[in-house]
Amino acid sequence: MDFINALLLLLNYTVLPALTYGSQLALGAIFVTLIYGVLRFANFATGDMMSFGTMFAVLLTYYFQSKGINFGFLPTALLTIPFATLIMIFYMLLIDKTVFSYYRIKKSPPVQFAMVSVGVMFVTQAIIRIIIGTSDRRFLDGEKFIIKATEFKEMTGLNEGLTIKSTQVITIFITIIVVSIIFWFLNKTKTGTSMRAYSDNEDLALLSGIDPKKVVLITWIIAGILATIGGILYGLDKSYRPFVYFNNMLPIFAAAIVGGIGKPFGAFLGGYVIAFAEIFLTYAYKKFFSYLLPVNLMPDSMMQILSTDYKFAISFSILVLVLLFRPLGIFEGKRL
Amino acid sequence: MAFFEGNMMTGGYGDGPDIISSCTITANRGEIVAILGPNGAGKSTAMKAMLGLLKLKSGIVSIDGEDISELSPQERVKKGISFVPQSRNVFAELTVKENLEVGAFLRTDGISKVIEEIYDLFPILREKKDQIVGQLSGGQRQQVALGRALMIKPSVLMLDEPTAGVSPIVMDELFQHIVQVKKTDVAIIMVEQNAKQALSISDRGYVLVTGQNKFKGSGKELLNDPEVRRSFLGA
Repeated sequence: MDFINALLLLLNYTVLPALTYGSQLALGAIFVTLIYGVLRFANFATGDMMSFGTMFAVLLTYYFQSKGINFGFLPTALLTIPFATLIMIFYMLLIDKTVFSYYRIKKSPPVQFAMVSVGVMFVTQAIIRIIIGTSDRRFLDGEKFIIKATEFKEMTGLNEGLTIKSTQVITIFITIIVVSIIFWFLNKTKTGTSMRAYSDNEDLALLSGIDPKKVVLITWIIAGILATIGGILYGLDKSYRPFVYFNNMLPIFAAAIVGGIGKPFGAFLGGYVIAFAEIFLTYAYKKFFSYLLPVNLMPDSMMQILSTDYKFAISFSILVLVLLFRPLGIFEGKRL
Repeated sequence: MAFFEGNMMTGGYGDGPDIISSCTITANRGEIVAILGPNGAGKSTAMKAMLGLLKLKSGIVSIDGEDISELSPQERVKKGISFVPQSRNVFAELTVKENLEVGAFLRTDGISKVIEEIYDLFPILREKKDQIVGQLSGGQRQQVALGRALMIKPSVLMLDEPTAGVSPIVMDELFQHIVQVKKTDVAIIMVEQNAKQALSISDRGYVLVTGQNKFKGSGKELLNDPEVRRSFLGA
């Protein structure tokens, strides 16, 4: 019985949150890796682009709520995804047309591109501050829990409760759908194959008659979908605070690099690697051991490897270690 | 007038000096034409000029009597001119089959029949069709590169040093494949370092020196020409 309690504890406080957080990172990391693979630069505006899309989801949620529109037991924000995604794609294409395309035609080096994206990041941050401000907003409505701890305890008679938040299930479910569609598109369609070909060998792709403008357009459309959905899922699960999205760029970039930059499936797995590492290394295992160890062996400390304040240090360390020892990603040489 | 012609081509890269001057290269369907010459003679440049990768100061490139001098490389691909670059000539991260599919990107009709024809021409590709090209051997990669270029059913195939960096055995095999492609009524122009072997399968050859036509003739004539032998064939 104690063993089951201990497992439930881990499931509840580490595995489920890590799967959720990992899904959110994975969507962002695929975004980073696609832009890197096709447009060949590290997009430092990633976090704030995700924030930008989420901002419209928040505003539209408020608007829908004021009109009395809701999605039953599901969050209203899910209804706003198509609209927020369209605005996001429009914004990305506008930025591409007015900013990035100039440097692309000039064939600027990637470092210059990255610096330009830092500029885009500042502008995007400013626009977000002007429109919605910097305060913390919760925009989750509908049913908050699928299983509550108390209900679970009554049902099973166990000590330890299992809480399943609706946002956790929604995040994992939507991520599976979005990622499956994107991988199907990239691997099975003619346009997807042409994108991978362009990313692999630009000159030969041009010689084969692939239209670079179309490839760029499709890349931004996919990026817009990933950024908006990833951002909304994160905002629903935690809360919408614009600055947090900027911070999330570190784990997102770490995930993309762990998976081998330019490889979408690697980025997807990388998201979970980072999420599990962050959560397993910052979880306090005291209660977990209290179920498993006899009373006289009970540890006095919290049994926590690192304080949660060092969450970002973990992403950063993984990033540095991977760049030092496996610069092509931990899945190097495997077909993904 | 030949089927595919680069007539009196003069030009270089950007604002730099002329690499080729008054250089003429022609090819007919069902013919292999070799471009030979010492390093820096402008062999690859002449080929790139015919493909449109380089802007000519003067001279005309035409296919089937139509002047295509002003067309971009992509537009020339649509006219049936296919090119296999010397390096990075495959999509290394894609499978063999995907490489062929990308090669047929401009085709709107069904491509499965063409893919079958390519598999018949290069049987090893059928065996390895789901493998990542980056994991294939050098000779197999060159076959993928040839196959990709043949997917548009070109009337002209240009090869930039197809045997660079492969072993002598693989080289012989590749040359046999090139002869087979020629039999499908394609005009083939190739730049080669292995002059002797290239001439032995070529119908005609051009020897360029400092960007100009120095010698031309049938493969046999050039092989037997004492001056060509002395200066380029090392015998």
